[in-house]
Amino acid sequence: MTNLIRKLWVPVMTLMAITGMGQMPIFKRYYVADIPGLAWLGEPFTVHWVHYAGAAVLMFMVAVITIRWFADREPLTTSGTLRITLLALLICTGYIRVVKNLPDIHFSPTFTMLIDWTHLLFAMLLGVAALWSARTGRRSYTKQTESLRRI
Amino acid sequence: MTPPTGTHMRKHSVIESTPNSPLSRRPSFSRRSFLKVFSAAGAAACASAAKPAEAQNTEKQEELMTVLDISKCVGCGECVAACKESNAHKYPTVRKPIPKMFPPRVKVEDWSDKKDVDDRLTPYNWLYIQTAELEHDGEDFELNIPRRCLHCTNPPCANLCPWGAALKEDTGIVRIDEDICLGGAKCRTVCPWHIPQRQSGAGLYLDLLPRFAGNGTMLKCDRCYDKIAEGKEPACITACPEDIQTIGPRSMMIKHAKALAASMNGYIYGLDENGGTNTIYVSPVPFEKINNAIEKGRGRPNLAPVKNSMANEETLTSALIAAPLAGIAAGVLKIFSDARKEKQND
Repeated sequence: MTNLIRKLWVPVMTLMAITGMGQMPIFKRYYVADIPGLAWLGEPFTVHWVHYAGAAVLMFMVAVITIRWFADREPLTTSGTLRITLLALLICTGYIRVVKNLPDIHFSPTFTMLIDWTHLLFAMLLGVAALWSARTGRRSYTKQTESLRRI
Repeated sequence: MTPPTGTHMRKHSVIESTPNSPLSRRPSFSRRSFLKVFSAAGAAACASAAKPAEAQNTEKQEELMTVLDISKCVGCGECVAACKESNAHKYPTVRKPIPKMFPPRVKVEDWSDKKDVDDRLTPYNWLYIQTAELEHDGEDFELNIPRRCLHCTNPPCANLCPWGAALKEDTGIVRIDEDICLGGAKCRTVCPWHIPQRQSGAGLYLDLLPRFAGNGTMLKCDRCYDKIAEGKEPACITACPEDIQTIGPRSMMIKHAKALAASMNGYIYGLDENGGTNTIYVSPVPFEKINNAIEKGRGRPNLAPVKNSMANEETLTSALIAAPLAGIAAGVLKIFSDARKEKQND
Protein backbone atom coordinates (compact mmCIF):
# COMPACT_ATOMS: atom_id res chain seq x y z
CA MET A 1 0.00 0.00 0.00
CA THR A 2 2.86 2.39 0.82
CA ASN A 3 4.29 1.86 -2.67
CA LEU A 4 0.89 2.65 -4.19
CA ILE A 5 0.67 5.83 -2.13
CA ARG A 6 4.19 6.76 -3.25
CA LYS A 7 3.13 6.33 -6.89
CA LEU A 8 -0.11 8.24 -6.40
CA TRP A 9 1.38 11.12 -4.39
CA VAL A 10 2.66 13.31 -7.25
CA PRO A 11 -0.40 12.77 -9.53
CA VAL A 12 -2.81 13.57 -6.68
CA MET A 13 -0.85 16.65 -5.60
CA THR A 14 -0.73 17.79 -9.25
CA LEU A 15 -4.50 17.32 -9.56
CA MET A 16 -5.00 19.35 -6.38
CA ALA A 17 -2.73 22.11 -7.70
CA ILE A 18 -4.52 22.26 -11.05
CA THR A 19 -8.02 22.18 -9.59
CA GLY A 20 -6.90 24.67 -6.92
CA MET A 21 -5.73 27.07 -9.63
CA GLY A 22 -8.97 26.32 -11.45
CA GLN A 23 -10.91 27.94 -8.62
CA MET A 24 -9.88 31.17 -10.32
CA PRO A 25 -11.61 31.56 -13.68
CA ILE A 26 -8.38 31.45 -15.68
CA PHE A 27 -8.53 28.19 -17.61
CA LYS A 28 -11.44 29.29 -19.76
CA ARG A 29 -9.97 32.76 -20.25
CA TYR A 30 -6.60 31.39 -21.37
CA TYR A 31 -7.96 28.68 -23.71
CA VAL A 32 -6.85 25.75 -21.48
CA ALA A 33 -10.46 24.57 -21.26
CA ASP A 34 -10.59 24.60 -25.06
CA ILE A 35 -8.09 21.72 -25.21
CA PRO A 36 -10.00 18.51 -25.93
CA GLY A 37 -10.59 16.62 -22.69
CA LEU A 38 -10.01 19.67 -20.50
CA ALA A 39 -13.35 21.42 -20.97
CA TRP A 40 -14.23 20.47 -17.39
CA LEU A 41 -11.56 22.91 -16.17
CA GLY A 42 -13.82 25.70 -17.39
CA GLU A 43 -16.78 24.45 -15.35
CA PRO A 44 -16.58 26.02 -11.86
CA PHE A 45 -18.70 23.40 -10.10
CA THR A 46 -16.92 20.44 -11.73
CA VAL A 47 -13.50 21.83 -10.78
CA HIS A 48 -14.80 22.34 -7.23
CA TRP A 49 -16.11 18.76 -6.98
CA VAL A 50 -12.87 17.30 -8.36
CA HIS A 51 -10.92 19.40 -5.84
CA TYR A 52 -13.07 17.94 -3.04
CA ALA A 53 -12.71 14.37 -4.38
CA GLY A 54 -8.93 14.78 -4.79
CA ALA A 55 -8.75 16.14 -1.25
CA ALA A 56 -10.53 13.01 0.04
CA VAL A 57 -7.98 10.77 -1.69
CA LEU A 58 -5.15 12.95 -0.38
CA MET A 59 -6.52 12.79 3.15
CA PHE A 60 -6.66 8.98 2.99
CA MET A 61 -3.01 8.90 1.92
CA VAL A 62 -1.93 11.47 4.52
CA ALA A 63 -3.68 9.48 7.27
CA VAL A 64 -1.96 6.21 6.25
CA ILE A 65 1.46 7.90 6.06
CA THR A 66 0.94 9.66 9.40
CA ILE A 67 0.02 6.42 11.18
CA ARG A 68 3.02 4.66 9.65
CA TRP A 69 5.28 7.51 10.71
CA PHE A 70 4.02 7.34 14.28
CA ALA A 71 4.89 3.63 14.31
CA ASP A 72 8.45 4.13 13.05
CA ARG A 73 9.16 7.67 14.31
CA GLU A 74 11.90 8.21 11.78
CA PRO A 75 13.51 11.65 12.17
CA LEU A 76 12.45 14.12 9.51
CA THR A 77 14.77 16.09 7.25
CA THR A 78 14.61 19.88 7.22
CA SER A 79 13.00 19.96 3.78
CA GLY A 80 10.58 17.23 4.87
CA THR A 81 9.60 19.17 7.98
CA LEU A 82 9.07 22.30 5.89
CA ARG A 83 6.86 20.56 3.32
CA ILE A 84 4.88 18.65 5.95
CA THR A 85 4.26 21.86 7.91
CA LEU A 86 3.03 23.65 4.79
CA LEU A 87 0.85 20.68 3.83
CA ALA A 88 -0.63 20.58 7.35
CA LEU A 89 -1.47 24.30 7.13
CA LEU A 90 -2.95 23.77 3.68
CA ILE A 91 -5.10 20.90 4.97
CA CYS A 92 -6.28 22.90 8.00
CA THR A 93 -7.31 25.93 5.93
CA GLY A 94 -8.92 23.62 3.36
CA TYR A 95 -11.04 21.89 6.00
CA ILE A 96 -12.12 25.22 7.46
CA ARG A 97 -13.25 26.28 3.97
CA VAL A 98 -15.14 23.00 3.55
CA VAL A 99 -16.95 23.57 6.85
CA LYS A 100 -17.78 27.11 5.74
CA ASN A 101 -19.41 25.75 2.58
CA LEU A 102 -21.91 23.68 4.57
CA PRO A 103 -25.46 25.01 4.91
CA ASP A 104 -26.23 27.00 8.05
CA ILE A 105 -22.53 27.63 8.68
CA HIS A 106 -20.75 30.81 7.78
CA PHE A 107 -17.84 32.69 9.24
CA SER A 108 -17.17 36.38 9.43
CA PRO A 109 -16.30 37.93 6.06
CA THR A 110 -12.81 38.83 7.31
CA PHE A 111 -12.09 35.34 8.61
CA THR A 112 -13.41 33.78 5.38
CA MET A 113 -11.16 36.03 3.33
CA LEU A 114 -8.19 35.20 5.57
CA ILE A 115 -8.82 31.48 5.07
CA ASP A 116 -9.17 31.89 1.28
CA TRP A 117 -5.96 33.86 0.98
CA THR A 118 -3.87 31.76 3.37
CA HIS A 119 -5.01 28.56 1.65
CA LEU A 120 -3.78 30.03 -1.63
CA LEU A 121 -0.55 31.27 0.03
CA PHE A 122 0.26 27.88 1.61
CA ALA A 123 -0.42 26.13 -1.71
CA MET A 124 2.00 28.43 -3.50
CA LEU A 125 4.65 28.06 -0.77
CA LEU A 126 4.27 24.27 -0.83
CA GLY A 127 4.71 24.30 -4.61
CA VAL A 128 7.88 26.38 -4.28
CA ALA A 129 9.20 24.15 -1.47
CA ALA A 130 8.49 20.99 -3.50
CA LEU A 131 10.28 22.38 -6.56
CA TRP A 132 13.22 23.55 -4.43
CA SER A 133 13.49 20.13 -2.78
CA ALA A 134 13.40 18.35 -6.12
CA ARG A 135 15.93 20.70 -7.76
CA THR A 136 18.42 20.55 -4.89
CA GLY A 137 18.23 16.80 -4.26
CA ARG A 138 16.39 17.14 -0.95
CA ARG A 139 13.46 14.94 -1.86
CA SER A 140 13.56 12.66 1.19
CA TYR A 141 11.15 13.36 3.99
CA THR A 142 13.00 11.22 6.55
CA LYS A 143 16.70 11.04 7.39
CA GLN A 144 16.73 7.25 7.01
CA THR A 145 15.59 7.32 3.39
CA GLU A 146 17.98 10.20 2.76
CA SER A 147 20.93 8.15 3.96
CA LEU A 148 19.70 5.14 1.95
CA ARG A 149 19.68 7.32 -1.15
CA ARG A 150 23.29 8.30 -0.54
CA ILE A 151 24.51 4.69 -0.30
CA MET B 1 -52.10 31.28 13.78
CA THR B 2 -52.80 34.63 12.23
CA PRO B 3 -49.67 36.23 10.87
CA PRO B 4 -48.90 39.64 12.28
CA THR B 5 -49.41 42.63 10.05
CA GLY B 6 -46.68 43.60 7.65
CA THR B 7 -46.00 46.88 9.42
CA HIS B 8 -45.68 45.18 12.76
CA MET B 9 -43.32 42.55 11.38
CA ARG B 10 -41.10 45.05 9.66
CA LYS B 11 -40.64 47.12 12.78
CA HIS B 12 -40.21 44.07 14.93
CA SER B 13 -37.61 42.54 12.64
CA VAL B 14 -35.41 45.59 12.56
CA ILE B 15 -35.46 45.91 16.31
CA GLU B 16 -34.81 42.19 16.83
CA SER B 17 -32.09 41.70 14.32
CA THR B 18 -29.70 44.57 14.27
CA PRO B 19 -28.33 45.35 17.72
CA ASN B 20 -24.84 44.04 18.31
CA SER B 21 -24.81 42.25 14.98
CA PRO B 22 -21.21 41.03 14.97
CA LEU B 23 -20.98 40.48 11.24
CA SER B 24 -23.03 43.30 9.88
CA ARG B 25 -20.03 45.59 9.87
CA ARG B 26 -18.31 46.09 6.55
CA PRO B 27 -14.73 44.78 6.33
CA SER B 28 -12.35 47.68 6.56
CA PHE B 29 -10.41 46.85 3.40
CA SER B 30 -9.75 49.31 0.66
CA ARG B 31 -7.80 48.98 -2.52
CA ARG B 32 -5.10 51.22 -1.12
CA SER B 33 -4.53 48.94 1.82
CA PHE B 34 -4.32 45.84 -0.36
CA LEU B 35 -0.67 45.14 0.42
CA LYS B 36 -1.30 45.45 4.13
CA VAL B 37 -4.28 43.12 4.02
CA PHE B 38 -2.68 40.04 5.48
CA SER B 39 -1.60 41.74 8.66
CA ALA B 40 -4.86 43.66 8.89
CA ALA B 41 -6.97 40.61 8.05
CA GLY B 42 -5.07 38.51 10.55
CA ALA B 43 -5.59 40.93 13.36
CA ALA B 44 -9.22 41.54 12.50
CA ALA B 45 -9.92 37.84 12.04
CA CYS B 46 -8.66 37.03 15.50
CA ALA B 47 -11.22 39.44 16.86
CA SER B 48 -14.08 38.72 14.50
CA ALA B 49 -13.62 34.95 14.45
CA ALA B 50 -13.83 34.78 18.20
CA LYS B 51 -16.66 37.26 18.54
CA PRO B 52 -19.36 35.51 16.50
CA ALA B 53 -19.00 32.23 18.40
CA GLU B 54 -19.24 34.08 21.66
CA ALA B 55 -22.08 36.23 20.42
CA GLN B 56 -24.00 33.42 18.79
CA ASN B 57 -23.95 31.37 21.98
CA THR B 58 -25.60 34.09 23.95
CA GLU B 59 -27.77 35.83 21.38
CA LYS B 60 -28.51 33.53 18.46
CA GLN B 61 -29.69 35.68 15.63
CA GLU B 62 -32.04 34.65 12.90
CA GLU B 63 -31.38 35.59 9.33
CA LEU B 64 -33.67 38.19 7.84
CA MET B 65 -36.01 37.15 5.08
CA THR B 66 -38.23 39.16 2.76
CA VAL B 67 -41.61 38.04 1.49
CA LEU B 68 -43.02 39.63 -1.67
CA ASP B 69 -46.73 39.43 -2.37
CA ILE B 70 -46.62 39.89 -6.12
CA SER B 71 -50.43 39.94 -6.36
CA LYS B 72 -50.18 43.47 -4.90
CA CYS B 73 -47.39 44.84 -7.10
CA VAL B 74 -48.62 47.43 -9.60
CA GLY B 75 -45.23 47.83 -11.30
CA CYS B 76 -44.96 51.54 -10.44
CA GLY B 77 -41.15 51.30 -10.24
CA GLU B 78 -40.86 53.26 -6.97
CA CYS B 79 -38.68 50.48 -5.54
CA VAL B 80 -36.36 50.59 -8.55
CA ALA B 81 -35.92 54.36 -8.25
CA ALA B 82 -35.40 54.14 -4.48
CA CYS B 83 -32.82 51.40 -4.93
CA LYS B 84 -30.86 53.51 -7.43
CA GLU B 85 -30.99 56.60 -5.27
CA SER B 86 -30.14 54.83 -2.05
CA ASN B 87 -27.25 52.83 -3.47
CA ALA B 88 -25.79 55.42 -5.84
CA HIS B 89 -22.83 55.97 -3.50
CA LYS B 90 -21.88 52.30 -3.90
CA TYR B 91 -21.73 52.41 -7.70
CA PRO B 92 -18.23 52.08 -9.13
CA THR B 93 -16.17 54.96 -10.42
CA VAL B 94 -14.91 53.92 -13.84
CA ARG B 95 -11.40 54.90 -14.93
CA LYS B 96 -11.39 55.50 -18.67
CA PRO B 97 -10.05 54.42 -21.05
CA ILE B 98 -10.85 50.93 -19.83
CA PRO B 99 -7.82 48.67 -20.50
CA LYS B 100 -8.17 46.28 -23.42
CA MET B 101 -8.38 42.74 -22.17
CA PHE B 102 -5.99 39.92 -22.98
CA PRO B 103 -6.74 37.58 -24.61
CA PRO B 104 -9.23 39.35 -26.91
CA ARG B 105 -11.97 36.81 -26.12
CA VAL B 106 -12.36 38.58 -22.76
CA LYS B 107 -14.87 41.34 -23.36
CA VAL B 108 -15.06 44.63 -21.51
CA GLU B 109 -18.50 45.17 -19.94
CA ASP B 110 -19.11 48.87 -19.60
CA TRP B 111 -22.46 50.13 -18.31
CA SER B 112 -21.17 53.50 -17.17
CA ASP B 113 -22.85 55.28 -20.11
CA LYS B 114 -26.06 53.29 -19.70
CA LYS B 115 -26.78 53.94 -16.06
CA ASP B 116 -30.44 54.70 -16.78
CA VAL B 117 -31.23 51.21 -18.08
CA ASP B 118 -33.91 49.85 -15.76
CA ASP B 119 -35.50 47.00 -17.69
CA ARG B 120 -32.89 44.47 -16.59
CA LEU B 121 -30.20 43.99 -13.93
CA THR B 122 -27.04 45.99 -14.57
CA PRO B 123 -24.12 47.11 -12.36
CA TYR B 124 -26.13 50.32 -11.87
CA ASN B 125 -29.57 48.73 -11.55
CA TRP B 126 -29.81 46.06 -8.87
CA LEU B 127 -33.59 45.72 -8.99
CA TYR B 128 -36.02 45.74 -11.88
CA ILE B 129 -39.64 44.79 -12.51
CA GLN B 130 -40.48 41.75 -14.61
CA THR B 131 -43.95 41.61 -16.09
CA ALA B 132 -46.00 38.55 -16.95
CA GLU B 133 -49.32 38.62 -18.76
CA LEU B 134 -51.03 35.28 -18.52
CA GLU B 135 -54.21 33.36 -17.89
CA HIS B 136 -54.85 31.00 -15.00
CA ASP B 137 -58.06 29.15 -14.10
CA GLY B 138 -59.96 31.18 -16.68
CA GLU B 139 -58.80 34.50 -15.23
CA ASP B 140 -56.42 37.01 -16.86
CA PHE B 141 -53.49 38.23 -14.82
CA GLU B 142 -50.89 40.92 -15.25
CA LEU B 143 -48.26 40.26 -12.63
CA ASN B 144 -45.27 42.44 -11.79
CA ILE B 145 -42.34 40.82 -10.10
CA PRO B 146 -39.54 42.89 -8.53
CA ARG B 147 -36.35 40.94 -9.32
CA ARG B 148 -33.06 41.16 -7.49
CA CYS B 149 -30.68 38.85 -5.64
CA LEU B 150 -32.62 36.28 -3.59
CA HIS B 151 -29.87 36.06 -0.91
CA CYS B 152 -29.45 32.26 -0.79
CA THR B 153 -29.01 30.65 2.60
CA ASN B 154 -25.95 28.74 1.31
CA PRO B 155 -24.87 31.02 -1.53
CA PRO B 156 -22.72 29.44 -4.26
CA CYS B 157 -21.45 32.90 -5.24
CA ALA B 158 -19.87 33.34 -1.80
CA ASN B 159 -18.80 29.70 -1.50
CA LEU B 160 -17.05 29.52 -4.85
CA CYS B 161 -15.53 33.00 -4.94
CA PRO B 162 -11.80 32.21 -4.83
CA TRP B 163 -10.94 35.63 -3.52
CA GLY B 164 -13.33 35.98 -0.60
CA ALA B 165 -14.96 39.03 -2.18
CA ALA B 166 -18.48 37.57 -2.16
CA LEU B 167 -19.64 37.08 1.38
CA LYS B 168 -22.58 36.25 3.59
CA GLU B 169 -23.41 38.12 6.76
CA ASP B 170 -25.19 36.98 9.92
CA THR B 171 -28.24 38.91 8.79
CA GLY B 172 -28.53 36.56 5.80
CA ILE B 173 -27.39 39.29 3.44
CA VAL B 174 -25.15 38.08 0.62
CA ARG B 175 -23.05 40.85 -0.86
CA ILE B 176 -19.90 41.54 -2.82
CA ASP B 177 -17.09 43.67 -1.45
CA GLU B 178 -16.42 45.94 -4.41
CA ASP B 179 -13.01 46.93 -3.04
CA ILE B 180 -11.76 43.34 -3.15
CA CYS B 181 -13.63 41.92 -6.15
CA LEU B 182 -11.52 41.35 -9.27
CA GLY B 183 -14.51 40.95 -11.59
CA GLY B 184 -13.82 37.39 -12.70
CA ALA B 185 -17.61 36.92 -12.77
CA LYS B 186 -17.45 33.41 -11.33
CA CYS B 187 -20.23 34.49 -8.97
CA ARG B 188 -22.45 35.23 -11.97
CA THR B 189 -21.61 31.88 -13.57
CA VAL B 190 -22.44 29.83 -10.47
CA CYS B 191 -25.52 31.84 -9.48
CA PRO B 192 -28.57 29.89 -10.67
CA TRP B 193 -30.16 33.19 -11.70
CA HIS B 194 -26.91 34.87 -12.91
CA ILE B 195 -27.71 37.91 -10.79
CA PRO B 196 -24.34 39.71 -10.26
CA GLN B 197 -23.42 42.13 -13.03
CA ARG B 198 -19.95 43.25 -14.08
CA GLN B 199 -18.60 46.74 -14.58
CA SER B 200 -15.17 46.83 -16.22
CA GLY B 201 -12.72 49.65 -15.62
CA ALA B 202 -13.27 49.76 -11.85
CA GLY B 203 -11.96 47.88 -8.87
CA LEU B 204 -8.81 46.28 -7.56
CA TYR B 205 -7.76 44.63 -10.83
CA LEU B 206 -6.74 48.03 -12.21
CA ASP B 207 -3.93 48.15 -9.63
CA LEU B 208 -2.72 44.60 -10.33
CA LEU B 209 -2.54 43.22 -13.88
CA PRO B 210 -5.42 45.06 -15.57
CA ARG B 211 -5.01 43.40 -18.97
CA PHE B 212 -4.29 39.88 -17.80
CA ALA B 213 -6.27 39.15 -14.62
CA GLY B 214 -9.72 40.26 -13.52
CA ASN B 215 -12.07 42.47 -15.48
CA GLY B 216 -13.75 44.94 -13.16
CA THR B 217 -16.03 44.55 -10.20
CA MET B 218 -19.27 42.63 -9.69
CA LEU B 219 -22.35 44.37 -8.35
CA LYS B 220 -25.74 43.25 -7.13
CA CYS B 221 -28.38 43.89 -4.48
CA ASP B 222 -26.83 43.96 -1.00
CA ARG B 223 -30.27 44.35 0.59
CA CYS B 224 -29.13 47.74 1.86
CA TYR B 225 -26.81 46.14 4.43
CA ASP B 226 -25.73 49.58 5.63
CA LYS B 227 -29.34 50.58 6.35
CA ILE B 228 -30.03 47.24 8.05
CA ALA B 229 -26.96 47.77 10.25
CA GLU B 230 -28.46 51.11 11.32
CA GLY B 231 -31.79 49.47 12.14
CA LYS B 232 -33.52 50.78 9.02
CA GLU B 233 -35.40 48.99 6.25
CA PRO B 234 -34.01 48.42 2.76
CA ALA B 235 -34.89 51.29 0.42
CA CYS B 236 -37.15 49.18 -1.83
CA ILE B 237 -39.36 48.25 1.13
CA THR B 238 -39.65 51.80 2.47
CA ALA B 239 -40.51 53.21 -0.97
CA CYS B 240 -43.19 50.67 -1.93
CA PRO B 241 -46.63 52.39 -1.92
CA GLU B 242 -48.43 49.03 -2.01
CA ASP B 243 -46.55 47.42 0.89
CA ILE B 244 -45.90 44.33 -1.17
CA GLN B 245 -42.76 43.44 0.73
CA THR B 246 -42.32 42.30 4.32
CA ILE B 247 -39.03 41.75 6.12
CA GLY B 248 -38.45 39.87 9.34
CA PRO B 249 -36.82 36.88 11.02
CA ARG B 250 -36.72 33.86 8.71
CA SER B 251 -38.98 31.53 10.74
CA MET B 252 -41.63 34.21 11.11
CA MET B 253 -41.47 35.12 7.43
CA ILE B 254 -41.84 31.48 6.34
CA LYS B 255 -45.02 31.20 8.42
CA HIS B 256 -46.24 34.49 6.97
CA ALA B 257 -45.49 33.41 3.38
CA LYS B 258 -47.26 30.07 3.81
CA ALA B 259 -50.30 31.73 5.41
CA LEU B 260 -50.38 34.33 2.64
CA ALA B 261 -50.15 31.64 -0.04
CA ALA B 262 -52.92 29.66 1.67
CA SER B 263 -55.14 32.76 1.88
CA MET B 264 -54.98 33.32 -1.89
CA ASN B 265 -54.79 29.63 -2.79
CA GLY B 266 -51.44 30.61 -4.22
CA TYR B 267 -47.87 29.47 -4.72
CA ILE B 268 -44.45 30.27 -3.27
CA TYR B 269 -41.05 30.57 -4.89
CA GLY B 270 -37.66 30.87 -3.18
CA LEU B 271 -38.21 28.80 -0.05
CA ASP B 272 -36.58 25.65 -1.43
CA GLU B 273 -34.88 27.03 -4.53
CA ASN B 274 -31.12 26.49 -4.53
CA GLY B 275 -31.37 24.84 -1.11
CA GLY B 276 -33.26 27.83 0.31
CA THR B 277 -33.14 31.58 -0.10
CA ASN B 278 -34.02 34.53 2.09
CA THR B 279 -36.53 35.85 -0.43
CA ILE B 280 -39.95 34.33 -0.98
CA TYR B 281 -42.30 35.35 -3.76
CA VAL B 282 -46.00 34.62 -3.17
CA SER B 283 -48.23 34.49 -6.23
CA PRO B 284 -51.82 33.54 -7.11
CA VAL B 285 -50.47 31.87 -10.27
CA PRO B 286 -48.07 28.87 -10.49
CA PHE B 287 -44.50 29.99 -11.06
CA GLU B 288 -44.12 27.57 -13.99
CA LYS B 289 -46.69 29.68 -15.83
CA ILE B 290 -45.05 32.94 -14.77
CA ASN B 291 -41.65 31.63 -15.85
CA ASN B 292 -43.04 30.85 -19.28
CA ALA B 293 -44.56 34.33 -19.57
CA ILE B 294 -41.63 36.52 -18.49
CA GLU B 295 -38.83 37.77 -20.67
CA LYS B 296 -35.64 35.92 -19.75
CA GLY B 297 -32.03 36.34 -20.77
CA ARG B 298 -28.95 38.29 -19.72
CA GLY B 299 -29.79 40.35 -16.67
CA ARG B 300 -33.32 38.96 -16.74
CA PRO B 301 -33.46 35.99 -14.35
CA ASN B 302 -35.87 33.08 -14.64
CA LEU B 303 -38.39 31.81 -12.11
CA ALA B 304 -37.81 28.12 -12.82
CA PRO B 305 -37.33 25.49 -10.10
CA VAL B 306 -33.69 25.45 -8.98
CA LYS B 307 -31.89 22.50 -7.40
CA ASN B 308 -29.43 23.00 -4.56
CA SER B 309 -26.16 24.03 -6.29
CA MET B 310 -24.11 23.04 -3.23
CA ALA B 311 -25.65 19.56 -2.81
CA ASN B 312 -22.63 17.72 -4.23
CA GLU B 313 -20.26 19.64 -1.97
CA GLU B 314 -22.40 18.62 0.99
CA THR B 315 -22.14 14.95 -0.06
CA LEU B 316 -18.41 15.19 -0.72
CA THR B 317 -17.89 16.64 2.75
CA SER B 318 -18.87 13.22 4.13
CA ALA B 319 -16.09 11.70 2.00
CA LEU B 320 -13.67 14.26 3.40
CA ILE B 321 -14.59 13.17 6.93
CA ALA B 322 -14.52 9.45 6.15
CA ALA B 323 -11.28 9.45 4.12
CA PRO B 324 -8.82 10.21 6.94
CA LEU B 325 -10.66 7.81 9.27
CA ALA B 326 -10.37 5.07 6.64
CA GLY B 327 -6.70 5.99 6.19
CA ILE B 328 -6.06 5.69 9.93
CA ALA B 329 -7.78 2.26 9.98
CA ALA B 330 -5.80 1.11 6.93
CA GLY B 331 -2.53 2.33 8.46
CA VAL B 332 -3.17 0.60 11.79
CA LEU B 333 -4.13 -2.68 10.04
CA LYS B 334 -0.95 -2.49 7.97
CA ILE B 335 1.21 -2.00 11.07
CA PHE B 336 -0.40 -5.00 12.81
CA SER B 337 -0.09 -7.08 9.66
CA ASP B 338 3.63 -6.21 9.31
CA ALA B 339 4.23 -6.95 12.98
CA ARG B 340 2.54 -10.36 12.71
CA LYS B 341 4.58 -11.24 9.64
CA GLU B 342 7.77 -10.21 11.44
CA LYS B 343 6.82 -12.40 14.41
CA GLN B 344 6.13 -15.39 12.17
CA ASN B 345 9.50 -14.94 10.43
CA ASP B 346 11.25 -14.91 13.82
